[in-house]
Amino acid sequence: MFDFLIHGFDVALTPLNLGLAFMGALLGTLFGALPGIGPINGIAILMPLAYTLGLPAESALILLAGVYTGAEYGGRMSSILLNVPGDAGAVMTTLDGHPLAKKGLAGPALGLSAVSSFVGATVAILGLTLFAPLLAEVAVLFGPAEFFGLMVFAFASMSVMMGNDPVKTGIGAVLGVLVAMIGVDSGTGVMRYTLDMPELYDGVDFVVMIIGLFAISEILLMLEHAHSKKAEDEMPPVGRVMVHMKEIMYCKWAMLRSSIIGFIVGVLPGTGASVASAVAYTTEKRLSDKDNTFGTGDMRGLAAPEAGNNAAAVGSFVPMLTLGIPGSGTTAVLLGALMLYNITPGPMMFTERPEVAGGLIASLYIGNIVLLLLNLPLAGLFAKVLTIPRWALVPGIAILAFVGVFQLHSSLTAIYMMLVIGVLGFALRKLGFSLAPIILGYVLGGLMEDNLRRALSISGGDLGILLQSGISIGLWFAAGLLLIAPLIMTKLRPSKALTHT
Amino acid sequence: MKLNPVFLRWSAPLVMSAALVSGNAAAQSGATECIAPAKPGGGYDLTCRLAANGLQDTKLIDRPMMVSYMPGGIGAVAYNHVNGVRRDDPSLIVAASTGAAVNLALGKFGKYDAGEVRWLGALGADYGAVVVRADAPWQNLDELMKDLKKGPSEIVFGAGGTVGSQDWMKAALIAKATDISPRDLRYVAFEGGGESLAALLGGHIKVYTGDLSELRSHLDGGKIRVLAALSEERVGGPYAEIPTAIEQGYNVEWPIWRGYYMGPDVSDEAYNAWVELFKELSEKEKFGELREARGLFPMARFGEDFDAYVKQQVVQFKQLAKEVGLTQ
Repeated sequence: MFDFLIHGFDVALTPLNLGLAFMGALLGTLFGALPGIGPINGIAILMPLAYTLGLPAESALILLAGVYTGAEYGGRMSSILLNVPGDAGAVMTTLDGHPLAKKGLAGPALGLSAVSSFVGATVAILGLTLFAPLLAEVAVLFGPAEFFGLMVFAFASMSVMMGNDPVKTGIGAVLGVLVAMIGVDSGTGVMRYTLDMPELYDGVDFVVMIIGLFAISEILLMLEHAHSKKAEDEMPPVGRVMVHMKEIMYCKWAMLRSSIIGFIVGVLPGTGASVASAVAYTTEKRLSDKDNTFGTGDMRGLAAPEAGNNAAAVGSFVPMLTLGIPGSGTTAVLLGALMLYNITPGPMMFTERPEVAGGLIASLYIGNIVLLLLNLPLAGLFAKVLTIPRWALVPGIAILAFVGVFQLHSSLTAIYMMLVIGVLGFALRKLGFSLAPIILGYVLGGLMEDNLRRALSISGGDLGILLQSGISIGLWFAAGLLLIAPLIMTKLRPSKALTHT
Repeated sequence: MKLNPVFLRWSAPLVMSAALVSGNAAAQSGATECIAPAKPGGGYDLTCRLAANGLQDTKLIDRPMMVSYMPGGIGAVAYNHVNGVRRDDPSLIVAASTGAAVNLALGKFGKYDAGEVRWLGALGADYGAVVVRADAPWQNLDELMKDLKKGPSEIVFGAGGTVGSQDWMKAALIAKATDISPRDLRYVAFEGGGESLAALLGGHIKVYTGDLSELRSHLDGGKIRVLAALSEERVGGPYAEIPTAIEQGYNVEWPIWRGYYMGPDVSDEAYNAWVELFKELSEKEKFGELREARGLFPMARFGEDFDAYVKQQVVQFKQLAKEVGLTQ
């Protein structure tokens, strides 16, 4: 039954392919770490190169898959060190990752997140190997109505992040949803809030949004601190470099739970690492944050989204390999790469081109080990970023942000948008808003609206469709439970710290 | 103006060869650029790469063609950029497709119209297709059309673009072929072909109006049935058994060409040189392989011929948009 995998390891362990897996992992980490260049761009840049070099199909795919999984590793670095997510899946990583770095635990945080990424990816690869065809069947059962249910569930689980200020969290999420409304309406093609600027037809790009909101506002905060000599101005201590085994074991359940959540979300077509890490984080916070330490540098709050986004990245291979349907933008590009090699993904691929299917899966196993080996010892080196003095660091981040956004659109308009969003982000942070709900509102809100409208155009306006399937009902029930459970818990244990509800 | 007949007879080849020599030299010596008016990885990227890889692999250019990306407004940003900033750049081509013609017709490219650029040529095409799940009750297009006529709102269509996009146009034309107003059609817009196909396999939509090339991997999978190809005649190869809509008695055709345009003030000399370059490219065997690897079917329209074709298409789309009430 697993002949294709044994064959795959034969393919993946040839020196050329091992080298390519290593190179892909390294480049991917780099692409993920640089704000603005995510896995999609990385693959799109390397794909023509692989083709021009005349690499055989399985080697090209091994290289590109390495870049993809590597980018999910790399995205966490700037999240932890600078509070600037390197890519979409790393937004939630800032929440506990950056506070850890501030406490002087940057090295252990990088190490722990590398281990979490490894666990997430490994669990997902196992899932991919064992259940891929079965899961693919289930994934297509998710139609617009079920996706809407999933988004309701995701929003409900966000309520856990409300912390001490539910109103600000709510306002933040609504702001995010509002930004998501900009652009050509995906149903009818009507322009919304585009001010007759063609640059706004496609809406506000994700990269512009996260770089503006996180990087630019961070730069402004640093500048402010540089001028007013405060205590926080002091450089965070770098402290020890390696993560302790005890810390890893402390997070083991967080990692495992989040891996499974991430994998499932990743398998669903249309949702990716960003939704997966959000659901993983909020679920973990609800389950294990007994002392309200999440958001202040809790190791589990770092392990959860990192395991989640890596598991999702691997999970999105399931619909691509088994159905020929890309589950994310990145797998869509990978699918294009396969087509160039005259390979048609789908159920036939495992029998017709076992060296490609097996080679890819085997290379995911190998790539992940390479990534772990690469990232653990380097954690200490990367943590040194924090010792860079502000006068060098701030312009450095600014250059990366500007170049990243400019290369994306080759237009100044995107830069202006980034700056406007950045100034707004700075103002919101000064007012005590947290940025994560804004990003979540932005990501989930768009998906939620699209799927609600799709569901209603399928049913001809009948709301009944939203509760027609067992999956939808289950999701709505779970969402309701998430909202009600804390209320009941407070009643039962009035002494706990949930008094703000 | 009266011209010497002898001069007239000789002028055309003279000008042509002069243009060829000088233009070819221009095209070969300088760095060339293709703008893909989208993010990397999409259809426009593929269109640029087809020209770039083709020209390089057949050694028609010495220096690799640069591919740059200018996403925004489904091509509108690049269109405005070329019209505003690089009106006479002889080394710049921009990728375009039927989708761009649709957007021009709908006035989504801002103040500029289809006549504002020099349409250069198309190097390949894809064709629309009508797809249902393998267990759907319809064995051919006629059965689907009859059911559609009985209850237009009973059958849910879906595809990867908004109402008014080229994906929607396919569904609208099918409705029109049975005298149903496209406005009565139940149409669901997804984000790209992949999502639409997933929705079809999951039974959330009943009919998917997609493109032939993206279906290749699914033809032998036994999960879908392609009821009709929206091409003039059968395209052959793995698609040989798919009947066209026309041969089933419905006059619906939807070629999705993949081509290029240049700035409005590019000299005739440079324009003609590019036309000749593309003509030469399209005849190379190696290029045929590259095109096929990208899932594109042969299409060769260049120069004035292509320019007229696009402009006429835009007029036709404008008419259609008016008929279905998309524009006033």
